[in-house]
Amino acid sequence: MLVISELSASIADKPILKGINLEVPAGEIHAIMGPNGSGKSTLGYVLAGREEYVVTGGTVTFDGQDMLTMTPEARAASGLFLAFQSPIELPGVNNANFIRTALNAVRRAHGESELDAVQFLKLARAELKRLAMPDDMLKRNVNVGFSGGEKKRNEVLQMALLRPRFAVLDETDSGLDIDALKIVADGVNALRGPAFSALVITHHQRLLDHLVPNRVHVLAGGRIVRSGGPELAKELEKNGYGAMLAEAA
Amino acid sequence: MNAIPETGTAGFLARYAALRGRLPGDSTFRAAAADAFRTLGLPGATRGRRAEAWKYTTLQPLGGMSFAPAGPPRGAIVPEGERGAAETPRLVFSGGQFREDLSTPVPGFARFADQPDFGELSWPDRDPMVALNTMLAEDGAVLTIPADHDAGVILLIHNSVNGTSAHPRHMIRLEHGACLTLVELSSGEGCYVHNPVTEIHVADAATLTHVRVQTDSTDAFHLATIYAAVATGGTYDSFTLNVGGRIARTEIHTALNGAGAVAHLNGAQLLTGSQHADFTSVVRHAAPKGTSRQTIKNVLAERSRGVFQGRIEVARGAQGTDGYQMNRALLLSPDAEIDTKPELEIFADDVKCSHGATVGELDADQLFYLRSRGIPDQEARSILVRAFLAEALDPVTNEMARGLLEDAVARWWEGQAA
Repeated sequence: MLVISELSASIADKPILKGINLEVPAGEIHAIMGPNGSGKSTLGYVLAGREEYVVTGGTVTFDGQDMLTMTPEARAASGLFLAFQSPIELPGVNNANFIRTALNAVRRAHGESELDAVQFLKLARAELKRLAMPDDMLKRNVNVGFSGGEKKRNEVLQMALLRPRFAVLDETDSGLDIDALKIVADGVNALRGPAFSALVITHHQRLLDHLVPNRVHVLAGGRIVRSGGPELAKELEKNGYGAMLAEAA
Repeated sequence: MNAIPETGTAGFLARYAALRGRLPGDSTFRAAAADAFRTLGLPGATRGRRAEAWKYTTLQPLGGMSFAPAGPPRGAIVPEGERGAAETPRLVFSGGQFREDLSTPVPGFARFADQPDFGELSWPDRDPMVALNTMLAEDGAVLTIPADHDAGVILLIHNSVNGTSAHPRHMIRLEHGACLTLVELSSGEGCYVHNPVTEIHVADAATLTHVRVQTDSTDAFHLATIYAAVATGGTYDSFTLNVGGRIARTEIHTALNGAGAVAHLNGAQLLTGSQHADFTSVVRHAAPKGTSRQTIKNVLAERSRGVFQGRIEVARGAQGTDGYQMNRALLLSPDAEIDTKPELEIFADDVKCSHGATVGELDADQLFYLRSRGIPDQEARSILVRAFLAEALDPVTNEMARGLLEDAVARWWEGQAA
């Protein structure tokens, strides 16, 4: 489904990604772990098309389509979703209107009819209930005055409603208590199926207890230095990155 | 008769010379104002020194123009878009003249033409637009709300006529504990001057909510001055929306004369083309524990220019003063310009005063967030501008006033998108 080949990227002329090779087949969930500054978040931004990050080499294809030439909105329309590590506040923008506008933009791109406010609210309330989130989340301005946990849950709500084929979760688990963590994991697990894949960027083993990955990759210094099964995450949790990075060097 | 009409300062003075015997009110006060106007002239239109109060705004284009008095009322002009306003009491003026046929009876109202009252707060010898108004004022609203009376909402509508200049003189008095929401609408067609002066007295524990919706023609000159005096525990809560005008100047002088008096001087300016709008305020904290709040938001497209000059004066003895001013600008074009001049003059020691300014384009993080959800770039930009504007209107809680403002903002934004 998603094939990343020799991907290099820099920001403000500083190289961050230095030749990433990664393949996430349809139906699989892969985890990316690694120390701070290893390029995990940059990878998420580059996949989503943030313009400040300049791709200096390599390719990314999504179902065979060259993704790097696409605008962020075209990537989203083709089924990519990035859950932000620090979700952005949009003062003056109502959350329900925001998500409905996004959903309708994606539906338009697929040649589907747009949802009116009533149809959307029905759908959104059902998702909220399933994710055990309060209704008032829709009435507030996007992420304004939300706690850290609420912001992350709002990302999961957007994901649940936009139903992407490929989700990148950038430390969606950080700063969450165990209940919130379960909500995030449930949100992803609900989408799980033969046509859905995800790349889960995380610092901790915790999330992976609820969201068991098919593969775990360790990112360090802008490269993937090791890949393995779910047991790799447990090994990292036990021994830390130090031993593994020394071994890889 | 002169074949070629005189223009600019001379043109206005010639009009005064022709009308002076027929103008209502204190003729000595008018004559002094005419002398002041002769000396001060139109800011920027006469050679020589430039007054600091007019640092960023010039009325030079007026120097070559001449305007007639509006003459007898013509046409039944009532502005559109009065959402929920049909039942609201209204005072309608056209070309500076009261239109009884378009107005509704309003208790406590008199015409300036019948009961001329220049008040005591204005400074015609210092402020040239006030001198011009004082010299030529023919009519206006003189409105008194009696003690402890809630007058609800009153519309003050001014419609201007092409080729004319109007200089209405309004006097609003709220007695002890009175309450009023005054919603002022200014509009018109063509090239004209609308030069109102409004004097406001808010007595002890009275509250005036003053919402001003300026949607004048983009060929017009809107030159408004407001003087407000607020007594103990009183509130002057004003919001000005500047959308129209080739040149628009809003000058508000507020004196917090009683302990615990409150002034809100908020506003938004939405400009495009080569429009220029100047919001100038002076808040004088003359008594303890006063609060002043000012947030001005500008959205500037094309070659437009926004100005905010805000001055907070804290007198000796005005302890416990709390003053805040903020000027925010969103520049939608590299050719747009914002000028901000905050001034604090503080003579008390227990005072909290702050000011700030932000100038920017749309926030890159916010734009990316919207686009990453599939929302196309142009639509995402539109959402962010509308959000900025929606926030600007937040201080206005009166539903009808808010509806009028939202309509004006929506019309402006549709004009931008087209």
